[in-house]
Amino acid sequence: MSKAESSEPVVANGRPEEIRAVPVRHPGRWVGAAVTLIIALSLINSAVNNPRIEWNVVGDYLFDSSVLDGVLLTVELTVLCMVAGILIGVLMAVLRLSPNPVLSGLSWLYIWFFRGLPRLVLILFVFFISALYPQITIGVPFVGPVLASFNANTIVTAFVAGFAALSLSEGAYMAEIVRAGLLSVDDGQTEAAHALGMSRLQTMRYVTLPQAMRVIVPPTGNETISMLKDTSLVSIIALADLLYTVQLIYARTFKQIPMLVVAIAWYLALTSLLYVGQYYLERRFGRGAARSLPPTPRQRVAAFWRRRRSAEGSA
Amino acid sequence: MSDSLPKLPAVTKGTGPMVKAEALHKRYGSLEVLRGVDLEVQRGEVVCVLGPSGCGKSTFLRCVNHLEPINSGRLWVDGELVGYTQRGDRLHQLPEREIAASRSAIGMVFQRFNLFPHMTAEQNITLAPIKVLGISRDEARERARVLLNRVGLGDRGGSYPAQLSGGQQQRVAIARALAMEPKLMLFDEPTSALDPELVGEVLDVMRGLAADGMTMLVVTHEIAFARNVADTVVFMDAGVIAESGPPSNVLDNPQLARTKAFLREVS
Repeated sequence: MSKAESSEPVVANGRPEEIRAVPVRHPGRWVGAAVTLIIALSLINSAVNNPRIEWNVVGDYLFDSSVLDGVLLTVELTVLCMVAGILIGVLMAVLRLSPNPVLSGLSWLYIWFFRGLPRLVLILFVFFISALYPQITIGVPFVGPVLASFNANTIVTAFVAGFAALSLSEGAYMAEIVRAGLLSVDDGQTEAAHALGMSRLQTMRYVTLPQAMRVIVPPTGNETISMLKDTSLVSIIALADLLYTVQLIYARTFKQIPMLVVAIAWYLALTSLLYVGQYYLERRFGRGAARSLPPTPRQRVAAFWRRRRSAEGSA
Repeated sequence: MSDSLPKLPAVTKGTGPMVKAEALHKRYGSLEVLRGVDLEVQRGEVVCVLGPSGCGKSTFLRCVNHLEPINSGRLWVDGELVGYTQRGDRLHQLPEREIAASRSAIGMVFQRFNLFPHMTAEQNITLAPIKVLGISRDEARERARVLLNRVGLGDRGGSYPAQLSGGQQQRVAIARALAMEPKLMLFDEPTSALDPELVGEVLDVMRGLAADGMTMLVVTHEIAFARNVADTVVFMDAGVIAESGPPSNVLDNPQLARTKAFLREVS
């Protein structure tokens, strides 16, 4: 009986006391963490203290002007290809869901073709397209007059080839992502919009697509990170992106590892930047999904300092 | 509450019935959901449709604004064929634009509200008037303000649907439909998805609408609402109208055994 009495809650101000129980111990977690930490430290140690990594060379070239030009080209290509890819993707997804069988068939064919080809093959093929079509002519098919005609060799530079190949390929993947997003929106939404007298396009533009964005943004962030890395494929057609630039340098200096470490550092830095962008995009399109949005890291830090200051003020 | 108010005539062009259905049939594959529905809804009339689940009452409602195309029979709203036009003795499908235009004059309220979750209550109400009717943003906002007050949510215009209770969401949905100034309102079990204590606030709004003379076609399980508000109660069963008439006849003195059985079940 005395035991039971001792665990009776102490009632103060009409409310039972806050529970301050001894937490369950997790010795396994501590062992696991220690082993992981030791392995990680030894790996870092083996790399950092390896003289052959030549940190001084890495430092010399990290902000070298030719490397920076390469970074810029990689970023440019990523942004342009993603913008074009998203536009193609939205168009193809809308066509794919069209009630017109010709349009949805066309979209199916596009996705089948460009998703079925390795990006490396596509880049090479577009780069050498002037061998297939030496002259590119715009006019009315079969009968009509010629409006314009270009020499394919002057139009399809390495940059154009890389941009076109990666955009076309990305468009096929984005089409499937956008389609999944559009299908994820409840049918009741389309019905409600139609019942209000909105057309199919208005419904898509104002009701379905904005809601699909919540589903579309995370995989698109994923695609952007993939694209940032896949732009390195254009090094095969001698386009001076980040990878090709460091290759040029180590072909001259034979510092392969330090130069690749430079490339690795830049790729990691750029993907990290994309994480931040994705976080805020997801918040933007998450409106209405939750009753209230969680605070951003910046708001959390600000709140922390506010709390500290008020605690100091009261102390 | 407002029984003493005279019913205002609905502002429309024609004089015949607002809705007229003749021998309406609707199939899904081999399943015949509607098997010859004949019904007239007069201007300013409130018609409540009752019936066991699966009897086709929701399908019928969705045919009225052509969310579902019908397979045979004829359906007119405000004197015009729904979804088709007749040239000579052949029916031609209406293009999407014209179907949309005729839908814009028919308000619809859904069981699951179907508010646009990425927009505030006010944006939900102003979207279609701006994009479909082409009125100015300011005018649409003013219209939304008046309507939100009317459904008792004057202070919630800035709330997203997820921040509102079910009853509040349904009242915003009613305001959204009213913002198009419809000549006919369709209600598809508007209180079936609500917690019992929230049903009253939605029915109050509908009662007010009926008192203002709105033509209403209401699919519902609320027998008390049908008894107090409806001019005509229609009992549907197995895809046909089994019994119809004033509430005092259909609800209090049903003729058919299946009507009696259904009323025993729900009350």
